[in-house]
Amino acid sequence: MATGGRRPEHGGPPELFYDKTEARKYLRNSRMIDIQTKMAERALELLCLPDDKPCYLLDIGCGTGLSGDYLTDEGHFWVGIDISPAMLDAALDREAQGDLLLGDMGQGIPFKPGSFDGCISISAVQWLCNANKKSDVPAKRLYCFFTSLYSVLVRGARAVLQLYPENSEQLELITTQAIKAGFTGGVVVDYPNSAKAKKFYLCLFSGPSTFLPKGLNEVKDEEVARQSTFMNKRVPYRTARSGVVRNSGAMRKSREWVLEKKERRRRQGKEVRPDTQYTGRKRKPYF
Amino acid sequence: MKLLTHNFLSSHVKGVGPRGFPLRLQASEVRIMPVEFNPDFVARMIPKLSLGEVPTEPIQGYEQNEDFLRTMHHILLEVEVMEGTLQCPESGRVFPITRGIPNMLLSDEQTEA
Repeated sequence: MATGGRRPEHGGPPELFYDKTEARKYLRNSRMIDIQTKMAERALELLCLPDDKPCYLLDIGCGTGLSGDYLTDEGHFWVGIDISPAMLDAALDREAQGDLLLGDMGQGIPFKPGSFDGCISISAVQWLCNANKKSDVPAKRLYCFFTSLYSVLVRGARAVLQLYPENSEQLELITTQAIKAGFTGGVVVDYPNSAKAKKFYLCLFSGPSTFLPKGLNEVKDEEVARQSTFMNKRVPYRTARSGVVRNSGAMRKSREWVLEKKERRRRQGKEVRPDTQYTGRKRKPYF
Repeated sequence: MKLLTHNFLSSHVKGVGPRGFPLRLQASEVRIMPVEFNPDFVARMIPKLSLGEVPTEPIQGYEQNEDFLRTMHHILLEVEVMEGTLQCPESGRVFPITRGIPNMLLSDEQTEA
């Protein structure tokens, strides 16, 4: 989790950042525990597992086992992989019920094909985007991760990866490698209008294309879709922030959108009222 | 590390592919940790296990045989390897197990990426 605006990935590799001190935060800091647990809950929801069926799940970057605990509470069995010995030690202290592995996701997931019914990851995958050794090529590590993940999932299973992309280029780098590995899916953005609450979930399907879940939104009177499917076009981060993917970047029903629509109709040769200061103004509900 | 997980673990050393399975397990320390019995889960996992040279067809109606499921549950989920090694059958690479956690980190030369 980024502290004071500075991203932890810039300071060095994760196995050094997640030392004993950092691990202790995950054990003591109730706010951190709460956020991580909520994200695990949302990720499991997005995983859309069949009701009341205990599953064998993979937790990438399981850390201290906070997310894993939630999986256990829901009746599932899980295996967690993490690169930080300190975090795994803390997981042992917490008596995490899942099996723990010390490993680097960028080196591949060491399991036989079709092992897992699903995979979640909380706040981990963005670490693959920064090269920490001279030999590291982020794109290759991401590709290695995604191809092996694709293989170890049961056909038709999903992976839901909550992450903190630094910018749209990073998100695109990640999604490109995921598509190359054979996944379909998209990014679900929860609370896109809140700087603090906003969360990205990369939802990947290993089988045929399925419907992508809607992102969560505080605003009730606007039924705006908060999902984006993979496209060849770049999605500017600015646009991803506003939560709606449109050609022009305007929010549906906003003044900008109204003006653009009027311009479009003018180009089509239709009769359009001139634009005034009242164009696209907020109306009272009873208008 | 539970034996269930060992049954699915495979070596990801460069160039090894499917020949990296199964990992040869040598356990020097083992403990028994009680786990709540979930017959559904055990029954579902059984067809996915690689059990070596055994007849491929499980006995009819194994899902209802509670004794059988309880035995499998005990073996797969309650036996924990605390110390030992896992060895890749193809490359010979050894992965140590400490405090129940296998160390699967590879060196640069051994990584596919």
